[in-house]
Amino acid sequence: MGNHSDGSPNHSGTVATAGQNEVEKFQDPGIPPHRLRLADTDPRAAKRAERQVALLFGISVVGTLIFLVAYFAIDLGDGSSIATIRLQNALLGIGTAFAMLGIGTGIVHWAKALMPDHEVSEERHGIRTEEDRLAAVRIVDDIVEETGIKRRPLIRNTLLGAVALAPLPALAVFGDLGPRPDDKLAHTMWAPAGGKLKRLTRDPDGTPIKATDVTIGSAFHVIPEGLNELHEGKLNAKAKAVVLLMRLNPDSLKPSAGREDWSYNGIVAYSKICTHVGCPVALYEQQTHHLLCPCHQSTFDLTQECKVIFGPASRPLPQLPIAVDAEGYLVATSDFHEPVGPSYWERDEHERTVNS
Amino acid sequence: MKALSQKRRHPLAAIALLLMGLLVTGGLYAVATTVNQAKADTTSFNASDVGEGGKLFAANCATCHGMGASGSQAGPSLVGVGAAAVDFQVGTGRMPMQMNGPQAYKKPAQFNETQTKQLAAYVASLGPGPSIPEEGLLDEKGNAAAGGELFRTNCAMCHNAAAAGGALTRGKFAPALADVSGKHIYEAMVTGPQNMPVFNDANVSPEGKRDIITFLKQIEANGSPGGADLGALGPTSEGLFVWIAGLGVIIAFTIWLTSRTS
Repeated sequence: MGNHSDGSPNHSGTVATAGQNEVEKFQDPGIPPHRLRLADTDPRAAKRAERQVALLFGISVVGTLIFLVAYFAIDLGDGSSIATIRLQNALLGIGTAFAMLGIGTGIVHWAKALMPDHEVSEERHGIRTEEDRLAAVRIVDDIVEETGIKRRPLIRNTLLGAVALAPLPALAVFGDLGPRPDDKLAHTMWAPAGGKLKRLTRDPDGTPIKATDVTIGSAFHVIPEGLNELHEGKLNAKAKAVVLLMRLNPDSLKPSAGREDWSYNGIVAYSKICTHVGCPVALYEQQTHHLLCPCHQSTFDLTQECKVIFGPASRPLPQLPIAVDAEGYLVATSDFHEPVGPSYWERDEHERTVNS
Repeated sequence: MKALSQKRRHPLAAIALLLMGLLVTGGLYAVATTVNQAKADTTSFNASDVGEGGKLFAANCATCHGMGASGSQAGPSLVGVGAAAVDFQVGTGRMPMQMNGPQAYKKPAQFNETQTKQLAAYVASLGPGPSIPEEGLLDEKGNAAAGGELFRTNCAMCHNAAAAGGALTRGKFAPALADVSGKHIYEAMVTGPQNMPVFNDANVSPEGKRDIITFLKQIEANGSPGGADLGALGPTSEGLFVWIAGLGVIIAFTIWLTSRTS
């Protein structure tokens, strides 16, 4: 920059000015004339500004007092209601806001109205002079020389070894992100265990559901038998296995080939996990038989085996094959015949193995 | 007594007497009407209720629901929907419908309590169905925590976790539940009005329904402890508020900070 200010012809690539004889130079307009403020000329205005600043600081004091009174005077003992907490929260918030804003706005107003407002320009010094560069090189040379890293290979090599090994603990820590999920996403708790079919039970209490309990128009939120007794991974298991159970007129169901015995007297069970990004699809309209996902409005038609009729989901909701056991309770005759929920990298592969 | 007889010619005596008379009449009347109301609340219907209800039905409902409530192109059959369905639909003003649309709206009730009861008696006489819940289930003294769990499992996906309501498909919506009486909430659960699914007693027990009502009334009474809930609609209203009001305040402060004082 300093090199260019001497007015000598410019041979670096300034294409815009090439071909012109005279380089049109930008004229520094300088600092605009200083305009005095009211408080600079009128002592009464200065006095007024002073009082305004003091008032803002005073507001801050009041805010702090509101906070302290609200904190200590409002009793949140055993007998107090949520309305009391609400009152205290509101007063603490208002108090803090006034306390902070009072100080902040007061200082700004003080600076703007009363402190000197001369405009000052500071000259910029030229950057990267040759001396600076040489000085930097000298410093690096000094470091190499003074540490003696060239002369002491033992230190150098042990340092390199230490730095190379230091990231190893991170590998161990990241290893805890595993093990790989493998095909866990393809299976749910509904798979019969030990030859015993899993009963459909109510969410959240886990009591089994009789087929006669499910009247036309009903919607039951269902979890698999034994879910509440799990000690580990209960939420993960629930997230895959939740099911919505509904009963409609058997005539309005038109099961496709292979699915004829997946329902019982018009009772059908579908996975509640949206095939788009996995929100729970549980908004059931009992007259239109539509299931709506609240996240992105994917709509599934129950009478067409939960075919997607609107929205971004690309696959129907998986159906859970159900039947009735000897005691009249609803049971799942098998696991889902495809992985539930949204797409993932290995899904197609898993779907093939689940069905084979 | 002497003092009383002396003061009976006082100019204010007439006014005092008048006030006393009015108070006694009003008080007696109030007692009499509450007695009547207590009777009207019982769910047992008599033959005259059914008869009167039949007349009201023929005049106001049969156009759509058909004579004998057997249904027509314009409206479903009401045989077996029960007294609870009538009490809900007519009591909240949803029926008679103002116009056809995706959903019947709540509006001021067109029939008074007696007429609603008569209509309910008539429809209940056509076939067995859910009856109007007993007072004991509506006392709002259940377990609010258990009710909250049931509400979040069964109701919150449509009605919103704070019962603020939400949208469904094609113009339908699940209404907000504030200001809905416990009786109507109960009746909606057992009958499944319009597109709401039915939550029969095998699905959510009467005790569970009492808990849900307790929970709803509790969150309604307590409001939002964290400050303004902005409709409890979640990120839409909160985001709108922060982007407009929050950023607006920051911009206003920035302009003030950089402006010159006069």
